[in-house]
Amino acid sequence: MIISVASGKGGTGKTLVATSLALSLKDRYRVQLLDCDVEEPDDHIFLRPVITHKEVVSIPVPRVDETRCTYCGRCAEVCAYHAIAVLPKNVLVFPQLCHGCGACSYLCPERAILEEAREIGVVETGHSNGLHFAQGRLIVGEAMPTPVIRRVKEKASAEGIVVIDVSPGTSCPVVQAVRGSDCCLLVTEPTPFGLSDLVLAVDMVRELKIPCAVIINRAGRADGRVEEYCQKENIPVLLSIPLDMEIARLYSRGVPLVEGMPHWRESFLRLFDHVLEIINERSRGLKR
Amino acid sequence: MREVVVLSGKGGTGKTSIVGSFAVLAKGAVLTDCDVDAADLHLLLKPAIRQEHEFWGGQVAVIDESKCTKCGLCQDLCRFGAIREFKVDRTSCEGCGLCFHVCPENTIIMKDNLAGHWFISDTRYGPLVHARLGTAQENSGKLVAMVRQNAKAIAQEYGFDYIISDGPPGIGCPVISSLSGSNLALLVTEPTLPGMHDLDRILGVCRHFGIPASVCINKYDLNEENTRQIEDFCQRQGIEVISKLPFDNAVTEALVQGLPVVEYCKDGIARDIEMLWQRVSAVLAGACK
Repeated sequence: MIISVASGKGGTGKTLVATSLALSLKDRYRVQLLDCDVEEPDDHIFLRPVITHKEVVSIPVPRVDETRCTYCGRCAEVCAYHAIAVLPKNVLVFPQLCHGCGACSYLCPERAILEEAREIGVVETGHSNGLHFAQGRLIVGEAMPTPVIRRVKEKASAEGIVVIDVSPGTSCPVVQAVRGSDCCLLVTEPTPFGLSDLVLAVDMVRELKIPCAVIINRAGRADGRVEEYCQKENIPVLLSIPLDMEIARLYSRGVPLVEGMPHWRESFLRLFDHVLEIINERSRGLKR
Repeated sequence: MREVVVLSGKGGTGKTSIVGSFAVLAKGAVLTDCDVDAADLHLLLKPAIRQEHEFWGGQVAVIDESKCTKCGLCQDLCRFGAIREFKVDRTSCEGCGLCFHVCPENTIIMKDNLAGHWFISDTRYGPLVHARLGTAQENSGKLVAMVRQNAKAIAQEYGFDYIISDGPPGIGCPVISSLSGSNLALLVTEPTLPGMHDLDRILGVCRHFGIPASVCINKYDLNEENTRQIEDFCQRQGIEVISKLPFDNAVTEALVQGLPVVEYCKDGIARDIEMLWQRVSAVLAGACK
């Protein structure tokens, strides 16, 4: 079972929710937390995992064997990303633009294009007090997080519960991380920014046909518009976390909410029961 | 003309609230919202849209099922796992076109993809160039480049002194696209361990692309020990901390009212943001000499 934690707007509390949910469940189930926010992976700060395995993530980029190249220009013609330019007696490759699709090497009539690995990130796996853990980390200066996210997700266990922490936004890295989830929890805050980005995130999970539920963080001085929206769209609000300086300070020190304030564990277990209901209801609906 | 982009690495540190106030204080800037997949600046600046343009970004493969012989070559070769059971998953397809080139029956076409829209708008504070990436789309970096190009053209044509850009979170493609060629990156961080971790990474991106950076610590009084550590870190890195903003409920209250902070109140945090803008414009003046 895969539960992803996403948000649209950044800084709404995805990391807080993902780490506390995983920690609350780990004594009852086999739980794995995947940090798929590979641009800014922060879950490790809260979990302090022991990393037992690291692997490099690379994408295959072309290397032209100029002894065989006839400068026909086919590779440049087929490259959708303008990552190869063919001059009369020279071929230029721009590895930063390459998506590693393999079209140039496959379609080269002279078989003059080999591929070599270009490192763009790393995937680390380990554990933290019985919790299974994996995270991806994009190399600073690299533009493409999706291949790293894809590799983190390959670590997803077929058994037990997998919690995925997602980057903010609604574009390709988010879609890559959320795709395949059984349920997506959308964390928001009761402000116009929070609501506006929640609406975008709901559109995104609906496009992917994934059931979702909302968690409201920093609740308190709300004008009720997030709740109104959720009611109108028939999206359950499963948890409200108040605006509380003590919670903010725990977060600032890298202490998971359910460790600093253990009574929250019950709330996360109840949240999980609701998620199970959503997933079961969905699978009954699909069988009908 | 000088260009400042506000970035943070970590989301939710206060970028948009700060840019909203800068819009008021700069008195004559072109504004851009480079957070194209979760844009929020318009909620403060209330733009009147003057021009709307389509953004066609990349292509997606489409298989004509009536002609497909299910030979499976496209599926075998697609490295993005975008073709399953002889159907293309639009959200996985990266538009490389390999399937289109190899299909022996010529049943695959590459369709141009309407990936979003971008807008030129008027606000009370100056022109705003902003965009909306379509749901679950890629090519956000290209859309950001489009937004910035147009902002630059407007600034040049009408002689604006500043371009002020609200950047996206993270360090990937849209961030790099927001940053390249700017005169200054203002990095807004918060005294939390995730905020500090992410500051280190976004600073690395600025270095990598040779963009000068200054730091603003938002909600500095949330954890003063962490604030000291950020100051030490910045000093070691040779980066100036040009402002420390206290936690203030007025920021959220202004947001709920849909107003830039400096229009919602005049004292306290508003004064601090005013000083921050003065510092930023001074640094910009220096950076452009």
